[in-house]
Amino acid sequence: MNNTDTDIFTLNKAPKRTLDIVNQSLARRYRAERRFRRYGLGAIILSLCFLSILFISIISNGHTAFQQTFIQLDIFFDPEILNREALATANYSGLIQKSLRSVFPEVKSRSDKRLLYGLVSSGASFQLRDLVLRDPKIIGKSRTVWVPAGDDVDMLVKGQSERNAPEGERRLKDKQLMWIDRLSHEGNIQKRFNKTFFTAGDSREPEQAGIWGAVVGSFLTLVVTLVLSFPMGVAAAIYLEEFAPKNRWTDLIEININNLAAVPSIVFGLLGLAVFLNFFGLPRSAPVVGGLVLTLMTLPTIIIASRSALKAVPPSIREAALGVGASKMQMVAHHVLPLALPGMLTGTIIGMARALGETAPLLMIGMVAFIVDIPGSFTDPATALPVQVYLWADSPERAFVEKTSAAIIMLLGFLITMNAAAVILRKRFERRW
Amino acid sequence: MSSTTLLFLLLTLSVIGYFLGRQRAYAVASNVSGIRDLHSRPTYYGALVAIWCGIPALLLFGFWLAFEDSVIIHITIGSLPAELRDLPDDRLNLFINNIKNLVSGNIVSGKVSPEMQAAAEHYRNLKSISSAALAVIALSFTIAAIAVVRSKIRSTLRARNQVERAIKYILIACSTIAIFTTIGIVLSVLYEAIRFFQVIPVTEFLFGLEWSPQMAIREDQVGSSGAFGAVPVLVGTALISVIAMAVAVPVGLMSAIYLSEYANKRFRAVAKPLIEILAGIPTVVYGFFAALAVAPFVRDAGSLLGLDVSSESALAAGLVMGIMIIPFVSSLSDDFINAVPQALRDGAYSLGATQSETIKQVILPAALPGIVGGVLLAVSRAIGETMIVVMAAGLSANLTLNPLKTVTTVTVQIVTLLVGDQEFDSPKTLAAFALGLLLFVVTLLLNVIALRVVRKYREQYE
Repeated sequence: MNNTDTDIFTLNKAPKRTLDIVNQSLARRYRAERRFRRYGLGAIILSLCFLSILFISIISNGHTAFQQTFIQLDIFFDPEILNREALATANYSGLIQKSLRSVFPEVKSRSDKRLLYGLVSSGASFQLRDLVLRDPKIIGKSRTVWVPAGDDVDMLVKGQSERNAPEGERRLKDKQLMWIDRLSHEGNIQKRFNKTFFTAGDSREPEQAGIWGAVVGSFLTLVVTLVLSFPMGVAAAIYLEEFAPKNRWTDLIEININNLAAVPSIVFGLLGLAVFLNFFGLPRSAPVVGGLVLTLMTLPTIIIASRSALKAVPPSIREAALGVGASKMQMVAHHVLPLALPGMLTGTIIGMARALGETAPLLMIGMVAFIVDIPGSFTDPATALPVQVYLWADSPERAFVEKTSAAIIMLLGFLITMNAAAVILRKRFERRW
Repeated sequence: MSSTTLLFLLLTLSVIGYFLGRQRAYAVASNVSGIRDLHSRPTYYGALVAIWCGIPALLLFGFWLAFEDSVIIHITIGSLPAELRDLPDDRLNLFINNIKNLVSGNIVSGKVSPEMQAAAEHYRNLKSISSAALAVIALSFTIAAIAVVRSKIRSTLRARNQVERAIKYILIACSTIAIFTTIGIVLSVLYEAIRFFQVIPVTEFLFGLEWSPQMAIREDQVGSSGAFGAVPVLVGTALISVIAMAVAVPVGLMSAIYLSEYANKRFRAVAKPLIEILAGIPTVVYGFFAALAVAPFVRDAGSLLGLDVSSESALAAGLVMGIMIIPFVSSLSDDFINAVPQALRDGAYSLGATQSETIKQVILPAALPGIVGGVLLAVSRAIGETMIVVMAAGLSANLTLNPLKTVTTVTVQIVTLLVGDQEFDSPKTLAAFALGLLLFVVTLLLNVIALRVVRKYREQYE
């Protein structure tokens, strides 16, 4: 009994009933109840806030990367520069520089010229080369070409770099700002859809960097993972659920699977480095090794999901099959497996989605190399989408922030598609017995 | 013949074998009184042929590819002139790498000597001999298998039993992969770690207070002598994990309680999947988010309060890691709270307890073992989490408990030591494996304890 109770008792001088004591404390208890409830709701709102902040910050940083700044130039394909014998190695940047000089004839000094040339991406010369190689008749004529701008110009046009900062603190000098203003005033600067981002491989220049190489690398890695882990996982699950006797050996397997599911992914990377690369001498940075490592990593997930799918098939199905004379293997192959397959596929898709987002083990087996080419086979050096995110996040250029965010948007897009497919599959084939 | 073509050929031959076997079974059946007199259905005879020609050839193929390279290298080294063969290991490795680069047309470091050219020629020859030999052996074996097994098909051949036995062995083999993976992890990590402990004593590694793994390359280089005391790294890991759990456990647990006890069906149907999205986001995204948004925010907030916050503070990394673990804690706790029998709740209500009193005094104590197990699993995830800390935590190993300072973790050190060029005879590289061993052992212990607790708890109410 606390003080208030005794006070009330002395005031009223009446015998105290339990109900009164309860009523006394009721307001306080209800307050506690409401408070507790608010804590719970607050926790949920807090997590949802985290989720939305994450998405908002990624999308707001990344959506601009789907557009790119282009500069319109009149290029004269000078036959003196374009030697017909060596079209592939001709001095295409010379053409661009000449055209820039003709737009800004007042630029004379050497350092100013260098600033002027910096407005245009160094990838523009490749664009001109492709134009000429596709149609050599163009030589000797003038054409209006939209060439990609350099990353600093791109950032400025998108409003992502500070224009009013003191000159020493920004990447573009005052003169360059003046030129850009003139170009955009004359309608010669435009933002267009960024095709490069979806078709190119990695690059040191942000405006030439694309995710296609990483997407192909991820795809090849996942193909290896899927081809190995799905049959193996299903086979292991079938054995453990349908055939295995209950003994120490199968207990050991089971404990192992459960533990492997919780081993940090980087440890699988160490395994891949020591076994696949150093012992078996497989090539570094190759999707096949990445696939092998991710297979070992996702197998436990797939086995656990497949086992629960098998468990969900009612025993009456098994007994009926055995009753009409099927062998145990026939019972599994003809009756149990088809019924459990949707559940297994759902588990596999979720495992694949996890494998797609996995970065750490791939770092260990050298899939972090800077690779420009699009990988063509399972043994070509490649990188993967999440690793590309990691590589770009490490790059100092401001323009890579939006590229990173855009790559993340793509990655999340793939993951959401896969998970949605899993949910639809489950909804469509779910059976209640 | 390239290995892909060979693989494709082997698979095609197996399929052909299947059809030949089945056809043969039909032929045998027509000699006796029809399919009814065959022991098994014709497809089983086909499958028997396919298994005999496919599986041994594929096994051979796998082993060949796995060991081909090391054997060829060995032979190539054997054929080198004596003065090259006696080079120290690292020089020899460089030489071999150069040979490989020469063969594949990559850039060779240094000048191409005639010996190198000759060795490369030798290597290339051996390689082509080896792949030709593999093709001949595998293909001839497959064709022979088709012929032999097909000729053995009789109406009394117990094909189904044999096929089923073979499939069962395949199933068993697949289920043992988990064990081999564990053994592989233990052996690979342990082997390199033991080599590390031969250079650096175990006691120094476990109790040393200084971690600076940069080794001097030249004798006369100043400063970096390399120190391998893991305590600062371990303390950093613990600090970040504690911060992460301080975020994840209250938030995760409270949302689980709200979702399972208070929320109506519609709210639950919306909020639960949304929270679980947090679990599906790749950790590299969290890492980028931490480095881009959270770390600057924490630093600015700190300087507003007059605190000196490092831009790679443990607080930022731990916070984001906590966000990542929220759904993990919440979905596990949700399971365990739902597993508490309704009778316990009804009992508490009938005594006049409010809902929150029921939860705090009846349900949580009943679910506690499960929740503790779940939290232990979450701790093991926090310790092993890599990308967030690689991108948001620092590299310098400070022995501090101040969450505003930069600390480093086990996983960060493994990544920085192993990404890029590695020499497998320097303690610097081997240290990563020692850390990996430590990481594996600690998470394994946590997992074993947690899984046991969880299993005990599940049995309690079943």
